[in-house]
Amino acid sequence: MKTAFLICSVVLLTACGEKPQEVKGVRTDKPAYSGTGVAPFTEAGWKAGDKDGWANHLKARATYGMNDHVRAPK
Amino acid sequence: MARMKFICDAERCIECNGCVTACKNEHEVPWGVNRRRVVTLNDGVPGEKSISVACMHCSDAPCMAVCPVNCFYKTEEGVVLHDKDICIGCGYCSYACPFGAPQFSSSGTFGVRGKMDKCTFCAGGPEEHGSQAEFEKYGRNRLAEGKLPACAEMCSTKALLAGDGDVITDILRGRVISRGKGAEVWGWGTAYGNQAKQGA
Repeated sequence: MKTAFLICSVVLLTACGEKPQEVKGVRTDKPAYSGTGVAPFTEAGWKAGDKDGWANHLKARATYGMNDHVRAPK
Repeated sequence: MARMKFICDAERCIECNGCVTACKNEHEVPWGVNRRRVVTLNDGVPGEKSISVACMHCSDAPCMAVCPVNCFYKTEEGVVLHDKDICIGCGYCSYACPFGAPQFSSSGTFGVRGKMDKCTFCAGGPEEHGSQAEFEKYGRNRLAEGKLPACAEMCSTKALLAGDGDVITDILRGRVISRGKGAEVWGWGTAYGNQAKQGA
């Protein structure tokens, strides 16, 4: 009787076990300056993988495209 | 290194919704989801002001703090992105965001929110850059193409500025000096206010 009770307890309590719930987190994402590898859509003026070149290209693009005070005649 | 930020110059915004249209077109955002929208304060009253609002990619992003599945991450450039394969659509980020940026498509079965969608600063997501999978989930990755967000580049009055924080603040500073007013930048303090404290 005691053995049967123990076996039943083990079987029933097995369901109480818990699977690990670790936070998965995001997959790795390559940095933007690594480029897309899709040449037709990539702007000229910088090379994929060149971090400083990419940053300078974006700065120049922002200055030219958004700062109309620089472009407008004085 | 560039730290990407948005500024909306309320002195210039004319509520044309060009930024909203550019965003929807560039990323083929589904019906009912607006990653960017234009909000008008004191509409109809003389002196009304309009501002273009989307995810501000906060320095200390509240959406990242509350996400129970940790689907958010921040890129080297300070752009806050998320992984739709991890998102469970709980909506906590929607309650936490001070700008109302997180969007949920209501096209699924009723009662199901679906995956969260938001402005990516045109930086795609964790899928391979330029891939079809990235485009379908997150839209175009213009940053990796050497371009700035479509909303700002399409802005007809250049009210919406996007790019390296130092560059766009210089542009705004020049405007403020020139016109003598309009130095207030809506949302800037909320989004980037803790930057100095964090050292980010």
